[in-house]
Amino acid sequence: MGELISLKNVWKIYREGEENAVFALRDISLIIKKGEFVAIMGPSGSGKSTAMNLIGSLDVPSKGDIFLDGHNISHLSESDLAQIRGKKIGFIFQQFNLIPNLTARENVMLPMIFQGSDEFEREKRAGELLKLVELEDRVDHLPSELSGGQQQRVAIARALANDPEVILADEPTGNLDTKTGEKVMDFLNKLHNQGKTIIIVTHDPNLAIENASTTYWLKDGKIDKITKKKGKNKIVGNEK
Amino acid sequence: MKQYLVLAVKNLRKRGLRSWLTLLGICIGIAAVVSLISLGDALKDTVNSQFNIASVEVISVQAGGITGFGPPGSGVSKHLTKQDSDAIERLSSVEFAIPRNLKTVSVEYNDKVEFVMVSSVPNDDKIDDMYTLLDIGVSSGRLMERGEKNLIMIGDSLADGEKNSFERDIGVGNKLKLNGEEFRIVGVLEKKGSFIIDGTILINSEGLKEISDIGDNVDLIVVRAKDKDSIDDAKRDIEDLLRERRDVKIGEEDFEVSTPEAQLESINEILTGIQVFIVIIASISIFIGAVGIANTMTTSVIERRKEIGIMKAIGARNKNIFYQFFVEAGLLGLIGGLIGAALGIGIGYLGTTGLNIFLGTSTKPNINFILIISSLLGSFIVGSISGVVPAMNAAKQNPVEAIRG
Repeated sequence: MGELISLKNVWKIYREGEENAVFALRDISLIIKKGEFVAIMGPSGSGKSTAMNLIGSLDVPSKGDIFLDGHNISHLSESDLAQIRGKKIGFIFQQFNLIPNLTARENVMLPMIFQGSDEFEREKRAGELLKLVELEDRVDHLPSELSGGQQQRVAIARALANDPEVILADEPTGNLDTKTGEKVMDFLNKLHNQGKTIIIVTHDPNLAIENASTTYWLKDGKIDKITKKKGKNKIVGNEK
Repeated sequence: MKQYLVLAVKNLRKRGLRSWLTLLGICIGIAAVVSLISLGDALKDTVNSQFNIASVEVISVQAGGITGFGPPGSGVSKHLTKQDSDAIERLSSVEFAIPRNLKTVSVEYNDKVEFVMVSSVPNDDKIDDMYTLLDIGVSSGRLMERGEKNLIMIGDSLADGEKNSFERDIGVGNKLKLNGEEFRIVGVLEKKGSFIIDGTILINSEGLKEISDIGDNVDLIVVRAKDKDSIDDAKRDIEDLLRERRDVKIGEEDFEVSTPEAQLESINEILTGIQVFIVIIASISIFIGAVGIANTMTTSVIERRKEIGIMKAIGARNKNIFYQFFVEAGLLGLIGGLIGAALGIGIGYLGTTGLNIFLGTSTKPNINFILIISSLLGSFIVGSISGVVPAMNAAKQNPVEAIRG
């Protein structure tokens, strides 16, 4: 499998040069391959959110380089980044983050609007995706009319809108009860089995261990250890 | 573009009352402009028809200059005379001159008394010229002829029991007492939409002499120039002649020679002044409206920071976010303009109807579609311009910070 995303000696420093500068990430390097299921683990303040922002091309590093599909995206303009993440990355958030005054279908169509696909195509694909997440009978409902689990499934459908290579999920089950959380993870696993690269960011070790083939454990802005799973929940690697 | 509009409508609806309040300023401004322009033209028409300024070849001459709101000739020490009128008529640039008198008399009928301004018709061959000049016809009965000293004709609103103060319709054959003397009505004048004609009584000049103290004085001389082109020559000739006859120097004239064009001009000047004033007020209102839109949009950017962050995360570029807010602001302006224009047209119709009822005229509001379309376009532009800065603020939000809310 080829490299999809790689971070090379990446630093992220907030308020750089000032006295109260925050070193969110210190010299991180990692490689995510196509089709992998990766978890980024760590307690709050470990830098995992910053790592997610950089991997998701929401932000650019202070130092170091990030490659997405072979292209260095570290120095791209905000608009170029937007275009790239709209096409290659599908986001799933802890708070679902649906646009409140748009229906489920309209929310799913939104990323396609930004990529300029035509209206007929958008409607058709949105319908298919909502069917995939088993919400075909909720297409015209507003987010406020949906349960948490349903909202997160709409968010999954939205993340798939432009058929991205990577699904980047930030605490996808954090706001859900165990059962609906499991269902959401089932969908992510299904997508993984279909060949998508899945990256989840979480503080929940069980979630990481149960699902991810590779888990990066962050601590104080550095990779503390990397665990790999081969077969059933068997940790084969442990490196600093 | 369509998606931006759909989204904008949804967002504006979500903000409900705040959206409506925001568009109030633009709404009032546009309503003021549209109603006053449409009413303004109707007002001009009304005023022009009120003063019966129809025939442009007519020059009117009166003593003392324009003294105020009294009838011509009132409050003047040195009156014009029949001889002045005859002298004017002998000028080469003049076709004919008719001396007229206007007098307020008491009119008694049905045991009720009203004071009415009566005007004289000549007691000679000029009577036909006068009918032609003032475009006078009858809706019932017939026109008076020369020498009919005991007959009168009455205006349309005087004949109407609803409008006169005699509480009874008056018509041909009825007798009115003017300053105590009895006169028989021989004709009712055609409705003119002018209070001067519709509310008057026309009386033979000799008949008027007998019931009043006018003697040989003439209040007003109406002059018809030979043709339209000689109207200025005629005016100058009359002024020269009267200066000589009345022995006054240039600049000290105790008389006034006025052409309808000049009258029209001065009336229109006043109306234009009023319109300019209202347009200034409306501009201020629109400006305040624009500030209101900018304010609402700025607040909206702050409130929707998280939404902006989400949109950016799922691939919205800065320009997408900019257009979204820009279109929303423009739409606010446009809706304000639409409601304002509708309101303005409504006011235009109501105002004109009011004028018509009040003055007995029949003008129509001047609904100018170019004006309406340009004011709608203008309000959209005002709205979107007010949205530029907030939209730029929205566009440059950092997605990472914005998504945290």
